[in-house]
Amino acid sequence: MSAPISRDEVAHVANLARLQLTDDELDHFTDQLGAVLEHARDVAALDTSDVPPTAHPYELTNVLRPDEVRPTLDRDEVMAQAPASEDGMFRVPPVLGEAP
Amino acid sequence: MTIDDTALDLAASVRAGDRSAREILDAHLAAIEAREPEIHAFNLVTSEVARDAADEIDRRVAAGEDPGPLAGVPIALKDNLCTRGVATTCSSKILDGWQPPYDATVVQRLAAAGAIAVGKTNLDEFAMGSSTENSAFGPTRNPHDTSKVPGGSSGGSAASVAAGFAPVSLGSDTGGSIRQPAALCGVVGVKPTYGLVSRYGLIAFASSLDQIGPFARTVADAALVLEVIGGHDPADTTSIPQALPPVREHLDDGVAGLRVGIVSELSGEGIAPDVARRVSEAAEALAAAGAEVGEASVPAAIYGLSAYYLIAPAEASSNLARYDGVRYGLRVDATNTPDMNLRTRTEGFGDEVKRRIMLGTYALSAGYYDAYYGKAQKVRTLIIRDFAAAYEQFDVLLSPTSPTTAFALGDKTADPLTMYLNDVCTIPSNLAGDPAMSVPFGTGDDGLPVGVQVLAPAFGEVDMFRVAAVLEAAAPIGEVAR
Amino acid sequence: MSDTSAATLPNGWEMVIGLEVHCELSTATKLFCGCPNQFGNEPNTNVCPVCLGLPGSLPVVNASAVEYAMRLGRALHCDVHRSVFARKNYFYPDMPKDYQVSQYDLPTNVEGWLELPDGSRVGIERAHIEEDTGKSTHVGGGGRIHEAGYSLVDYNRAGVPLVEIVGKPDLRTAEAARQYVSELRAIILAVDVSDAKMEEGSMRVDANVSVRRPGEPFGTRCEIKNLNSLRSLGRAIDYEARRQIDLLEAGERIIQQTRHWDEADGRTHTLRSKEEAEDYRYFAEPDLVPLDPTEADVAAIDASIPPLPADRRRALADAAGVEPAAAAMCVERDLDGLALVAIEAGAAPDRVLTHIDNNLAVDGADRLAPALFARLVGMETGGELTATQAKTVLADMVETGRSPEEIAAERGFEAMDTGALEGIVDELIAEHSDEWASFCDGNQKVAGFFVGAVMKATKGQADGKAVTALLRQKAEA
Repeated sequence: MSAPISRDEVAHVANLARLQLTDDELDHFTDQLGAVLEHARDVAALDTSDVPPTAHPYELTNVLRPDEVRPTLDRDEVMAQAPASEDGMFRVPPVLGEAP
Repeated sequence: MTIDDTALDLAASVRAGDRSAREILDAHLAAIEAREPEIHAFNLVTSEVARDAADEIDRRVAAGEDPGPLAGVPIALKDNLCTRGVATTCSSKILDGWQPPYDATVVQRLAAAGAIAVGKTNLDEFAMGSSTENSAFGPTRNPHDTSKVPGGSSGGSAASVAAGFAPVSLGSDTGGSIRQPAALCGVVGVKPTYGLVSRYGLIAFASSLDQIGPFARTVADAALVLEVIGGHDPADTTSIPQALPPVREHLDDGVAGLRVGIVSELSGEGIAPDVARRVSEAAEALAAAGAEVGEASVPAAIYGLSAYYLIAPAEASSNLARYDGVRYGLRVDATNTPDMNLRTRTEGFGDEVKRRIMLGTYALSAGYYDAYYGKAQKVRTLIIRDFAAAYEQFDVLLSPTSPTTAFALGDKTADPLTMYLNDVCTIPSNLAGDPAMSVPFGTGDDGLPVGVQVLAPAFGEVDMFRVAAVLEAAAPIGEVAR
Repeated sequence: MSDTSAATLPNGWEMVIGLEVHCELSTATKLFCGCPNQFGNEPNTNVCPVCLGLPGSLPVVNASAVEYAMRLGRALHCDVHRSVFARKNYFYPDMPKDYQVSQYDLPTNVEGWLELPDGSRVGIERAHIEEDTGKSTHVGGGGRIHEAGYSLVDYNRAGVPLVEIVGKPDLRTAEAARQYVSELRAIILAVDVSDAKMEEGSMRVDANVSVRRPGEPFGTRCEIKNLNSLRSLGRAIDYEARRQIDLLEAGERIIQQTRHWDEADGRTHTLRSKEEAEDYRYFAEPDLVPLDPTEADVAAIDASIPPLPADRRRALADAAGVEPAAAAMCVERDLDGLALVAIEAGAAPDRVLTHIDNNLAVDGADRLAPALFARLVGMETGGELTATQAKTVLADMVETGRSPEEIAAERGFEAMDTGALEGIVDELIAEHSDEWASFCDGNQKVAGFFVGAVMKATKGQADGKAVTALLRQKAEA
C-alpha cells in the first residue's frame, strides 16, 4: 500500500497553511501525518454511500439577529494590540498582490 | 481547612456573612503560593484583580445584597477563555501578550454570580493535546504525583482543583479535554450537551466539537457551576434556545430503575485491567443502588478516533488561520506580508499545532475532501445513529474515561498517534454532541485516580448527574491532593 | 434600438461574456455583528471582536441581510432554497479571519434570469450572501500595490453584507454587458437593497470574457477586475476580446488568468495566472446554522417586491402601443407613471414618450402634474402650440408648476396660421435667391438656414416641421 501522504504533499499543505518546514521537519511530519492518515484508513474503507454527512450535532436553522446597531470597540483599545500601526490603521509590509 | 471546602459551602457561608470572600480568596492564594511552583497549573495568577473582586463581594454582602450563587467562590479559568484586559494566551507564543477587549459569556456569567477568577490555567497549545505538555510555557504536573502528567488539554484547570488552588474551574472539551484530565487528576469533569454552554469568547479549536464545562471536587459543585454558565446566549448561533436541564433539583433522586449500559466497544481492548476493573465495580455500585445494568453496543464508536482526527484538525486549520501577525499577538517581521505571515506562524506555533493544521489543511484540500473530511462527517452520522439506538435501551451509558491512569511526563510525546489513543473513550460524545462526565472512582494499581465516564443522550444531564452522584457516594473523594 | 445581437468582431469571432456583480447591501449593521454598515467613518472605528475576527468571537447572521438577499434573488426570478454558509480559506491581510464566510454548494438564490430592454433574457446562475473584506491603502510607490513600501489596513468595511450575483455566460457584446449591468442596477434600486454605485464600490463588476467562432465550445476565459463604471466595462470587454482574437489569430493560446483593467492606458494587464487553481478548502461554516425559509417566508418576500423595470416597460409599451424598448427611457427616468396617467387622460402616446425622452431629463420632472402634462400634449397635437413652443412651456411647467394655458398666454404663444407663415417664407426666398436656388438643386443643408431664419423672424412661434414641409412644397412647385 502506498504511503498515505507524500513529502511533496506535506510541503504543499505547509505552504497553503503558511508554515515553513526545514528538511528534517518535512521528513518527520511526513512520517507522523502518514501514521495518522494510515489509522484513518479504517474510515476510508467504510461503505457510507447512503449516509448523509453531519456538519453539526444539532440541526438548528434560521438563527438570526435583528438589524440593530451595537456598541463598537474603542479604537485605542484595538490599536494597542496591533504589532504595528499608523494613523489608526494596521500597518503591514508590502502585500505583493491583490486578493484572489 | 478552607481549601477543602466545597463551592456550595463557601458560597453559603459568604452569603450568610459567616466568612468573607477575601479570607476565602487569601486561603486559596496561599495554597497557590505553596504548591504552584511544582505544579505549574497557571499561566497567570490574577491575585490583585481577584482581591478587588473579593472585597467588592464583601462590601455587597455588608450592604445586604446577595452577590449570587457563587458568592466569593474562587474559580480558575482555562487560558483559552477571553478575559477583558487580562492576557489570554492559549499557551501559545503566537498570542503572547494579547489582552482581549472583551469577556467570554461564561466569564461574564461567573462574575455576575459572584465568583472570583483567580487566574488563567495552563493547557496544551490551543487545546491540542492530552497531557498539557504541548504548552509554550512548560508542562503542568499532576498534583497526585508530580512525575506524572495531569492529562489534557485542560490539565491546568484539573490540577488547580485537585491541588486546592480553587474549588472549581472551567475547561473546554473538544475530544475529552475536560473528562480525561479530570480522570487523571481525580476530580469531577463535565462536558455538557453541545450548545448548552455558550462558546462566545472561547478561543476556537474545532467549532462543531468544542464545549465549555466545569471541574469540581464534588458532583454537586460541578452541577452548581454548570447551572451558572449554561443557558441560551444570542451571541452564539449554535447555542440551544431551551431551558437548562434542572440538574441540581434531581441530584439526590438516586438511580433506582435507571437503565445503565456498559459500552462494550469502549471497555475491552486497549483498556488497562485496573481501569476496567474500576468500571465494573462502578457498574456494580449502580446495580446495588437499584439501576438495571446491562451491556450496550455502539459499533461505530471504534471509528470515532479516526473521524475526530480528520474533523477537528480540518476546522482547526481554518480557525487558526487568523494568527497571521497583522492585528494582534506575535509578529515576526519580514520584507513582505506573505513572508511575515509565514515567519510569524512558523515561530509562533508549536509542533502539535502545526501537525494538526497541516493534517486539517490536507483533509480539506481539493481532491481529498471526499475521502477524508467528507467521509469523517458521514462516520459522524453513523456514530450519532448508533448512540441513538443504544439510548433506546438505556438511559445512560458507562465506560472508562481514559484507558490508563496518569502516565509519566515525556512518555508519549514522541509518537502523536499513541497520545491520540488516550481520547478513544471520550471522542464519541463530542462527535455526537452528547453530554458526558468523568467521576473519580477509586485508584489504579499505581495508586493514582481512575475516572469512570457517564454518557447520556442530548439534554440527558439530569440522569447523567444522578448516576454521578451515586458513584460519588460509593467512592467518595472530595479532599485536596497534598 | 440596442445592438445586443450584433456581431462587432472581425472574421466571424464572437464574444462570450459572463458577469459577476458584487452588491453591498444597505442594512443598518454588518452581516455578522452589530457594527454600523457605514461608509466614510474614521478608520477602524466601526469594528468589534466579531468583524475584527478576534479569537473567541462568533458570528450571528443579520436578519435584514438575509431578507434583502432573498428580495433581490426573487426579483431576479431565482429559486430560494435552504442554504448553508461556507468558509473560503485564503490568506490576505484585509480579511480578519483569513477566511471569508460565503456560500458555496448551497447558496440562497439559484437559477434566475433578468430581462434586458429588448426583451432578451440573461441567465442568473446564483446570487449568494457573503461578507466584504477590509480596505488596504498602499503607501509609497505611487499607491500602486506592487511598488508600495507598506500598506495600511482599515476594517470598517470588513463584514459588510454583500450579495454576489453570478450571471451565466449569455452575453455576446460589450453593449449587452452594459445593458445587463444597468438593468441589474435598476432592479437593485427598485427592491431597495443597495445604493448600487459603481464609482463608490457599492456595486462591483468582474467580467469573464472569452471568444469563439459561433457554435464552437466556449474558449478559455479571462477574468477582468477593476471595472469602476459602465464605460470601463464596455471598453475593457472590447479590448480584452480583441486581445484574445489577436493571440488566437497569431496561433497562440489563451491562458486562463485574472486581468486588471487600466482606465488610463485602456488595456488589461495580467494580475495572476489561474493555471494552478486556487485551493480555497471550502467547508460548511461550523459557527453558523443553515438558512431554511418557509414557503410563507418566500411568499412574504414576493409580496414586498414592487413592479420591476421590465414589468413597467411592458405596461407602458402596452398603453402606448410601442415596443418595450421604446419605453425604456421613461422607466429609467422613473417617469413611466407620469406617462401612463397622461396617456390615460388622452394625451398622444408618441408625443408623451418624445417629451419624456428628450425634454424631461431634468430635476423636478417627477413633480410634474400628469393632468397638466396631458393638457400640454393636447394643445400641441391640437395645433395650439408648435413643438418648439411646447418644449418651452414644458420647461416652465417643471420649474413653476403653472398650467400650460397660463404659460402659453403669458408668452403670447399661439400657432401661426399657414397664410402668415407663407408670407414670411416668400419674403425670405426673395431676399436669398442664391440659397433658394441651391435648395431647389437638392442641397438639404440649406433647409436649416431657411428654418432658422423663419424661427428668428417669428420669434420661435413657427412649427419647424410645418416650415420644412412648406419649403419642400414650394421647391417642387
